[in-house]
Amino acid sequence: MIDVVETTLTWRRLSPRMLVIHPFQEVVRAAPALLGLLVAGSSSGGQGHLWSVAGVALMVVLGMLRWFTTTYRITPEHVQVRRGLLTRKVVTVPRDRVRTVDVTSHVLHRVLGLARVEVGTGTSERRHEGRLKLDALTAAEAARLRVELLHRSPAAPATASTVSPTASPTVSPLAPPAGSTPAAETELARMRPEWVRFGPFTMSGLVTVGVVAGFVSRLVSEGNVDLGRVGPVQETWRWFSAMSLPLEIATVVLVLVVFVSVASTLGYVLAFGNFRLTRHAEGTLHVTRGLLTTRAITIEERRLRGVEVSEPLLLRAVRGARLSAVTTGLRAAQGSQRGGSLLLPPAPRAAAVSVARLVLPSVAGASSAWEASPVTADLTAHGPAALRRRFTRAYGVHALVLAALLALWWWAGLPSWTWLTAAALLPLTALLAADRYRSLGHALTSGYLVTRWGSLARRRVALECDGVIGWNIERSFFQRRARLATLTATTAAGKQGYQVRDVDLTEALRLAAAGTPGLLDPFLVEAQHVS
Amino acid sequence: MDTPTLRSPQHRVSRTAVWYWAARAALGWLVLLAAQVAWLVADSDGSALPVTAHVAGLVVTAVVAVAHVTVMPQWRYRVHRWEATSAAVFTQSGWFKQEWRIAPVSRIQTVDSERGPLEQIFRLANVTVTTASAAGPIKVSGLDRDTAQRLVAELTATAQATAGDAT
Repeated sequence: MIDVVETTLTWRRLSPRMLVIHPFQEVVRAAPALLGLLVAGSSSGGQGHLWSVAGVALMVVLGMLRWFTTTYRITPEHVQVRRGLLTRKVVTVPRDRVRTVDVTSHVLHRVLGLARVEVGTGTSERRHEGRLKLDALTAAEAARLRVELLHRSPAAPATASTVSPTASPTVSPLAPPAGSTPAAETELARMRPEWVRFGPFTMSGLVTVGVVAGFVSRLVSEGNVDLGRVGPVQETWRWFSAMSLPLEIATVVLVLVVFVSVASTLGYVLAFGNFRLTRHAEGTLHVTRGLLTTRAITIEERRLRGVEVSEPLLLRAVRGARLSAVTTGLRAAQGSQRGGSLLLPPAPRAAAVSVARLVLPSVAGASSAWEASPVTADLTAHGPAALRRRFTRAYGVHALVLAALLALWWWAGLPSWTWLTAAALLPLTALLAADRYRSLGHALTSGYLVTRWGSLARRRVALECDGVIGWNIERSFFQRRARLATLTATTAAGKQGYQVRDVDLTEALRLAAAGTPGLLDPFLVEAQHVS
Repeated sequence: MDTPTLRSPQHRVSRTAVWYWAARAALGWLVLLAAQVAWLVADSDGSALPVTAHVAGLVVTAVVAVAHVTVMPQWRYRVHRWEATSAAVFTQSGWFKQEWRIAPVSRIQTVDSERGPLEQIFRLANVTVTTASAAGPIKVSGLDRDTAQRLVAELTATAQATAGDAT
């Protein structure tokens, strides 16, 4: 224990094994260029190849320098990271501001027993400089760090002082390593094999298509490979161009659908395999997932402000949904944080609902009835004015596109099938507008503000009213005419602001007044028909 | 009627703000007009567009610019209002698209006052109040300097008086 106290106060380095990983990562990233170099050989290559090799070498050196310049330490009050070669910088985060800890291990990290640790705080979110990232520590060290940072159990100091009276009680003693106290954790959800059927409907395979296309294009451009001269490609092209146009379109669509489905399913299995959601007695939620790249995310439950149930159209068609956390310290779907707030991968809607019920802190006064749950409660529709607005907006955009295509056809000789297709899609726009209206809804139930919107990606967010900071009420010229408003609840969690779109103004004010009691009261007056 | 509605915040911004907004908008339009004139000069032989089209474009821009510069500041001045009580900051802003913003003083994180070059000329200042949410900074623009300073001092004092980490 004393040993631990001492090491926490000295500056620690990242794992030296990163010196192996950095060069390897850079080489993998530059793989298309290098592969192109191999394929094309030095005969056709000019200076360009030399430059790409030099670039890779430079990146390798920089990556290795990063190891020498980065150190970190954990003091009783702060987590500090020193980094930078020319500009030395110390990032300091108070330990009580640590909201989430994200431990990620890529394949290579796992081979060498390493893990990358990212610490999310509430306040530094806006200014990105405060983000703490340690790439990488040994897996054991990372797990220890996670426990150290988030499991500040009140009982721990007492036990520590009985074990070793010499340990300073101000230094948060190490909780037992993760996994050694199975009694302290309850499992809330676990991946089921049958959920794989939602894989094809996630469309994540589209990204793979993009990656493959990018890889091929780089190979072609940097390796001077002429695809037209590669035998199999030539064969396929000849076979393809022999078909009629409808058959060609059908073939392309079929190939794409099959490819995307397979890639999506594979992606689903790799990303969400071994998924587990557990609750720890110290007040944290813990998500582990991934087959190749493993990810372990710990969220402080006290900072969980709500959940988001998202149902992209395809997933909705097969009654699936995914669940994410709305919490401070994790911005929803941004950069490397993407998927960090995930609480349940695409799964049956019922599973998402029941997990949401388990996860959401029960607000005082809330009844435990199924109907009162913010994720299942009935929503108030937004009325005919909002419906009209959905249609005018959808058709407005459609008419603009149609007009542009017509103009291009008339003056720039665009083929006529473009605007004919656009015109034929008019009924689809009506369906979309109607569905967008059907999705719109809001409620204020058991201490949560619930809002739902969207059609292609329908989302339903339940935000704890205690987490609402203030309100923005926006009204455009047209909304004022229709007596509608868009109410935004601002919060420090998740996307920072959640909107109730095109809701009746009176209803918006009622929601805001009830959501944050007292805040609006000084500014409310009885209506005397304000225009 | 038992339907409460939001009243406007008490204070108007400085009357000088009208000129400031007009000047700001005019500058933007001038840049566009200058670009159009430059294009007309560069394309004087009429190879890309006939000269009449150039002139028509200039006239349209000028008409829209004049309309915007005369109407927008007045409209904006009628809308822009602010109020700070001991409990909350409340603003009304915009013109075509209007917005009310309300944030409790207890959740205020920073209060900044800023004077851009154009605002300096008109002796104006703006005050931005931020909370822990990136979606909810409240900005009061077009205040005269004394009012801005007083508002900052007042808000800083009340925000300090309330404890908590404001998240």
